[in-house]
Amino acid sequence: MQTTNANEEVNYLEYKGKYSGIWGWIFSTDHKRIGLLYLYSIAIMFVVGAFLGLAMKLELIAPGKTIMNAATYNATFTVHGVIMIFMIVIPGLPAVFGNFLMPIMIGAKDVAFPKLNLLSWWLYVAGVLLILTALLFGPGVPDTGWTFYAPYSFKTGTNLLPAIFGAFVLGFSSILTGLNFLVTIHRLRAPGMKWLKLPLFVWTLYGTAWIQLLATPVVGITLVLVSLERVFGIGVFDPVLGGDPVLYQHLFWIYSHPAVYIMILPAMGAISEIIPTFAQKGIFGYKALIISTMAIAFVGYLVWGHHMYTAGMSGTAQYYFSLLTFFVAIPSAIKVFNWISTMYKGSIKLDTPFYWAASFIFVFMIGGLTGLVLGALATNIYVHDTAFVVAHFHFIVFGGVGFSFFGAIHYWYPKIFGKMYDKYWANVGWIVFFIGFMTLYTPMFYLGMQGMPRRYYDYLEEFHGGNILSTFGSWIMITGLVIIITNLIRSARKGEKAGINPWGGKTLEWRVPSPPPLENWDEIPVIGEEESKYF
Amino acid sequence: MYNTEVTQASNFVEGVDFAFLLILGISFFFLIALTAAMVFFIIKYNAKKHPKPKEIHGSNTLEIVWTVIPFLLTLLMFYYGWIGWSPMTKPPKDSMEVTVYGRMWNFLFEYENGRKSDTLFLPKGQPVKLNLVALDVLHSLYIPAFRVKQDMVPGKEDNFMWFEPQKEGTYEIFCAEYCGLQHSYMYSWAKVLEDSTFQSWYQDTTQVVAAIESPTAAGKRIMQNIGCFACHTLDGSKLVGPSFKGIYGTTRTVKTGREKREIVADDAYIINSIYDPASDVVDGYSKGLMLSYEGQLSDEDIGLIIEYLKTVK
Repeated sequence: MQTTNANEEVNYLEYKGKYSGIWGWIFSTDHKRIGLLYLYSIAIMFVVGAFLGLAMKLELIAPGKTIMNAATYNATFTVHGVIMIFMIVIPGLPAVFGNFLMPIMIGAKDVAFPKLNLLSWWLYVAGVLLILTALLFGPGVPDTGWTFYAPYSFKTGTNLLPAIFGAFVLGFSSILTGLNFLVTIHRLRAPGMKWLKLPLFVWTLYGTAWIQLLATPVVGITLVLVSLERVFGIGVFDPVLGGDPVLYQHLFWIYSHPAVYIMILPAMGAISEIIPTFAQKGIFGYKALIISTMAIAFVGYLVWGHHMYTAGMSGTAQYYFSLLTFFVAIPSAIKVFNWISTMYKGSIKLDTPFYWAASFIFVFMIGGLTGLVLGALATNIYVHDTAFVVAHFHFIVFGGVGFSFFGAIHYWYPKIFGKMYDKYWANVGWIVFFIGFMTLYTPMFYLGMQGMPRRYYDYLEEFHGGNILSTFGSWIMITGLVIIITNLIRSARKGEKAGINPWGGKTLEWRVPSPPPLENWDEIPVIGEEESKYF
Repeated sequence: MYNTEVTQASNFVEGVDFAFLLILGISFFFLIALTAAMVFFIIKYNAKKHPKPKEIHGSNTLEIVWTVIPFLLTLLMFYYGWIGWSPMTKPPKDSMEVTVYGRMWNFLFEYENGRKSDTLFLPKGQPVKLNLVALDVLHSLYIPAFRVKQDMVPGKEDNFMWFEPQKEGTYEIFCAEYCGLQHSYMYSWAKVLEDSTFQSWYQDTTQVVAAIESPTAAGKRIMQNIGCFACHTLDGSKLVGPSFKGIYGTTRTVKTGREKREIVADDAYIINSIYDPASDVVDGYSKGLMLSYEGQLSDEDIGLIIEYLKTVK
């Protein structure tokens, strides 16, 4: 196959269409520009969310009041959770890298429904603005935690409705992106791009898209019911009106547990791209990785009850959910085995994206293995709703998704911006961030095993030591974050020009110029029978 | 002052801790082995030393091996998790029953003979069944030293937990489910006593005698038990609710519906504020955070509370 793009063609960053300036971006239906719109909006929200997390850690450095009162602290962890979950990790990799790369990786010119794609981003922005409205106006900042558990969410005097409606709109953004990706992957693959030739990142987007499409409506319905309950008092969840608070938890986790897999699957997909490129060989166990992706997407629907072992479900439900939770661990383990085996007899180039990928495997293993403690019934009863759970999901959601996101941005940065970042500072940023991350979250496992409940503004003296260490870690991690972000922003202007394929990647995006031209391909590529069996 | 180690103090400790150690052991083995393998490959197959990669596309044998072994290990871990948990659902018939009321933001323990306490006194070696009643929102009763936790769900009937305390001492009780502003202050203590010591506490009638001899002390004790001081201080500082300092007999500005009016804090006002707290809300405070204590406090109780409030200057 030949690369058919003329190099002098205008790239997507410089292209001038019907609108100019910022309008050329927010009215653009180009999947690459939409990917960057998501990147910038998510980055802004991430800075806000990280700042709130830093403030929480500072408050917890000592018992009693340090920098804020209890009401502010409760609002802070609620907003931190809502921003990080709904605005960052759920859209995260699919909306940014999925949008930018998936059409190129399957040899298409755009997604199947470009206008719908733009609408998704608008809905995202609308949802974000609605939630910010809840923060800035009205009787008080929501203080329910990101789970909005009933019946407290009906009793609090704070401004919950706009926040719920915002989350509802964000859900639609997610559903439309999922729908768009499904149709695109089914219909727009280049000739010869058979299912078993698809890059693994595309496969994980495919599994994710099904979850987005099928699970997100449940949370939409739940949030509508909460709104009706608050406004009209219909009595579905509120026990005073004859409702059942545990029903709320079921409905909430039927979505929000699969949502964890919306977050982590594309993260695994990005790792499955990075490792073979830097090991300079094909991935080990291509089919096993696809099967495990689909197994996680499917079994992930059926394990939500493990958030509710102490809520008073029937005994049968308890061990059913526990057993299935253990089963969902197996495909994740298979992925780790295959990634490490890919390194065997490779020829490993140590570049920044590989450091992120290797450290992803390490933190993801810690997150996954501590998940076994939480999946087993007896041990869950002991550490459920303690700092142990907080540590576990930060290892998965921030360690897993975050490390993969940073790996992905350092991997595809030269393709997206056509420039190479400063590799020395990128590596410094990585190691500082990694050390900070471990120092911040590891003590929380210990605190949980000591018995410190989560969402605690204040604590007894015996929990002091672990909290000091954890707060100290948050400062190191923020330092790493500042180095990473500064380096990336600076390099977009001052970085050296990057070639078409700086890493020696095998997938299709490395055959178009950096940055890619407006419609990616002059002529749709044709994939030969023998070509690229193991992307 | 208190024994604050995460000690092993109930019949469930053995099952829970065994499952914990088993899972942690398996986890550490895999974490260390896989990390070591990864670091070894990264060093050994570094591009500088090993410039030519060898294509290996996969191995069905290996895939089967590393599917079957984790599968068997997960069954093992599931099994011990289940074994450690299963007895928690089956309280013995001879259990001593204690009803626990959870509300924002304290626990109240009521014994079979009507004795009420804000601290959970327990006889060593006697199975205890706690019937859990939540009066407002979700709470969760958590005793780390006993390895037990159960959510308290408003409106849920037959909600219980049980355990057999096996070691004398004082252990923390936390609320583990987020329940609003003072969630982190919703904690109490479980005191495990020798049976004879427990019985003398349990049968103690001096509380009643004390009420006759010193109504103010009895009033304060009732207020501590029912948790008034989680939201109202005695020193004039402001929490969720107004302070009790110097309250009796003063004029207060309250909101009745939307109307502001002045009211004297007399007996009638205090009784009304306890039975129907939403009717007259002190200006500057939120309505709806305090629920009625009707049915939980008798008129005699409130009489003693009023005697005590008169002394809070």
